Amino acid sequence: MNKLRKYIDKIKPDFMPGGKFAKLQSVFEGFETFLFTPDTTRKTGVHVHDSIDLKRTMITVVIALIPALLFGMFNVGYQHYMAVGLEGSVLDKFLYGLAAMLPSIVVSYAVGLGIEFIAAQIKGHEIQEGFLVSGILIPMICPINTPVWMIAVATAFAVIFAKEVFGGTGMNIWNVALVARAVLFFGYPSKMSGDSVFVATEPVLGLGKGTVVDGFSGATPLGQVATATGDSLNITDVIGNPVTLWDSFVGLIPGSVGEVSTLCILIGGVILLFTGIASWKVMLSVFAGGFVMGSVCHAFATSLYPASMLTATEQICYGGFAFAAVFMATDPVTGARTETGKYIYGFLVGVFAILIRVYNGGYPEGAMLAVLLMNTFAPLIDYCVVQANVRRRLNRVKNK
Amino acid sequence: MAVVKLRKGYDLRLKGGVSDNSVTPVESRMCAVIPDDFRGLIPRLDVKEGDTVKKGDLLCHDRQFTEIAVTSPVSGIVREIRRGERRKVEAVIIEKSDNDEVRTFDVSGEIKSVLLESGLWACITQRPYAVIPNPNIEPRDIFVTAFDSAPLAPDFSVILEGKDAYVQRGIDVLASLTSGSVYVGVRNGFPMNIKNAKVNIFEGAHPAGNAGIQAANIKPVNKGETVWMLDLVTVARIGELFATGVVPFDTVVAVTGSQVRAPQYVKCVMGSSIADITDGNIAENENLRIISGNVLTGDIVDKTGYLRFPYRQVTVIDEIDNPGEFMGWASLSTKKFSVYRSFFSWLFPKKSVALDAKLNGSERAIVMSGEYDRMLPMDIYGEFLIKSILAFDIEKMEQLGIYEVAPEDFALCEFVDTSKLELQRIVREGLDRLRKEME
Repeated sequence: MNKLRKYIDKIKPDFMPGGKFAKLQSVFEGFETFLFTPDTTRKTGVHVHDSIDLKRTMITVVIALIPALLFGMFNVGYQHYMAVGLEGSVLDKFLYGLAAMLPSIVVSYAVGLGIEFIAAQIKGHEIQEGFLVSGILIPMICPINTPVWMIAVATAFAVIFAKEVFGGTGMNIWNVALVARAVLFFGYPSKMSGDSVFVATEPVLGLGKGTVVDGFSGATPLGQVATATGDSLNITDVIGNPVTLWDSFVGLIPGSVGEVSTLCILIGGVILLFTGIASWKVMLSVFAGGFVMGSVCHAFATSLYPASMLTATEQICYGGFAFAAVFMATDPVTGARTETGKYIYGFLVGVFAILIRVYNGGYPEGAMLAVLLMNTFAPLIDYCVVQANVRRRLNRVKNK
Repeated sequence: MAVVKLRKGYDLRLKGGVSDNSVTPVESRMCAVIPDDFRGLIPRLDVKEGDTVKKGDLLCHDRQFTEIAVTSPVSGIVREIRRGERRKVEAVIIEKSDNDEVRTFDVSGEIKSVLLESGLWACITQRPYAVIPNPNIEPRDIFVTAFDSAPLAPDFSVILEGKDAYVQRGIDVLASLTSGSVYVGVRNGFPMNIKNAKVNIFEGAHPAGNAGIQAANIKPVNKGETVWMLDLVTVARIGELFATGVVPFDTVVAVTGSQVRAPQYVKCVMGSSIADITDGNIAENENLRIISGNVLTGDIVDKTGYLRFPYRQVTVIDEIDNPGEFMGWASLSTKKFSVYRSFFSWLFPKKSVALDAKLNGSERAIVMSGEYDRMLPMDIYGEFLIKSILAFDIEKMEQLGIYEVAPEDFALCEFVDTSKLELQRIVREGLDRLRKEME
């Protein structure tokens, strides 16, 4: 470590103002503080500080995402092998998924961090850590067949117009990863829904060669529900076998990479709650809202709105609901920031996600739109909660 | 006696607490009075270098409220008037003489003017603005805290040993200064039986011992009202003044912290030299931070510095215990302390820790929510108040409760803040600026 430290100290002057690489000062400082915790102390204020910083916070979220990410990769392979009728070991399937997924992850990070570096340099700020999480979220909430250039475009758009123009990490109004997905969703709808985007059918790096079996359909459960007719739902996997609730809970269904396994998402949720990084109030309220709305819809089930025939539990296990509840709604920057507000915000995210799903024929999935909608309203919720506090204070004077 | 349970806050367990209640006397030749300790005071000096002063003699007074006095804790000669930028008075340093001449006060006079003259007035703070009380305003109520809940703080029962009568006398004096009540906030098991005051038991972690926090949970301050805050030690001093006619300037100081060899109580004079208080008792290490006060709200002093207000604690910690830490944010060590469980210090919740002064990160925009809320046991939205102060939106600040807070109330919030903002400084500057605007 000492050698590395010495080397960094040696090249440091080149990156400071006036040096050869002064334009890379922010990048250099970003890497330096990444490698070595800065020895900063303050002369005023508290003399001791908690070990937590934004780097640790963000990395904890990334760790919480890993179960869902790894399972998602395996499931990409699992779906592919099923679609092309191949036998393969768990490792084969995982490697296929890894290979299929890796370009998206690399592109998302490269584009997003690149923009962050440039923005930091222009503003003369340190590089902020927010994109560490957004960078992994974006490929996880996109279908596996999304072309990487689309990921690049959406990431760039989201980072610039949803984050940097507002002032960077901590200042954005909407969740950056969801804005990226929304850009793709509205900009390239044919690549974001339908039956040909959620299951990889092409071989990757020579892995998983084969031809698609007869009777293949790559529609997600919610996709099938949206187009269902008649009085009963018949959800099948890619080769026509019925899908059980357990399959969807474990995650052996088609869908965006990270969203399929409710189980792995919940493991991530436990990590976030145990470490105290995410708010249990938001998380619980989203599930509660989804469950309540799902039950209400199911109580008035009608074939006119086929999704109303799903039970509340199925609603939660299918699609991106659980992922939105655990990783999207809990984003502290874009969510409600008051403790009371968190219950309201979370509950409404849950309610709207199911409401959009069931009663809006155009969108088989509502989680993304629900979170973005509530992001927009979070400041209003906070305003109302804070105003109640203000009124309490004023009443104290009046009632004297 | 009502019991008030505070569910927010945190007790930071640090290494280096005093375990032995015996008190060692310490003589200090040099003493200093530091005008900055008395918030809101703009000092005008009444002595010059070389003057001889008695214990209790006037050293300086406030420019605006000329009756607010700061007095000498010892009898001796003014050795140095230390000035900083723009000739600001930083310290009045007095060399103690061998003859102990004491100024006696005629306590039969008006109570308020005796308090002002004695210098003890300057040891009281008021809300709003967390400054020395304005002598022209009668306080609505007076809040007295009977314990210090800060990390490694001294036990008031040691400081107040044998002073029960003075405490009661002080309470009576204060009660005569307000048409409201004197509230005393105590811990369960408080030994004294205080009359002429409303006693409340406070349960819960730090900052339960802050008088401001206690006030907010009993009878919050409203716009246009003024209340006073002080601790029971100052009350005892006031009582002693009115019982004997002499201001007691002696104090008991807890010398604490991970870098103190033998944490102990020391009896000395207010403003004594740190070198004498810590003599031979701190680790031989250049890389130390000596704090007069506790780790949350204290002031940095160096070895040649002097004990600062409220004159009851010195904490010595490492400045940086592991310079150039490699990827500290990724550490799996159980030694990295955090109130969050994303670091593994949660495995040993009861263990006392030795923290250094490192910031452990860099300053960022506010990202995490609810951090301040869990450390601030007041009906106040801390984050929103901080933002309104940063924007200096006076109407919002008032609405959100700026008149109820002091910087010290935000100390724990600053400690846990992921974004490493200087909350106490923000609140202090906000209060000072607001006071200028309003007065």
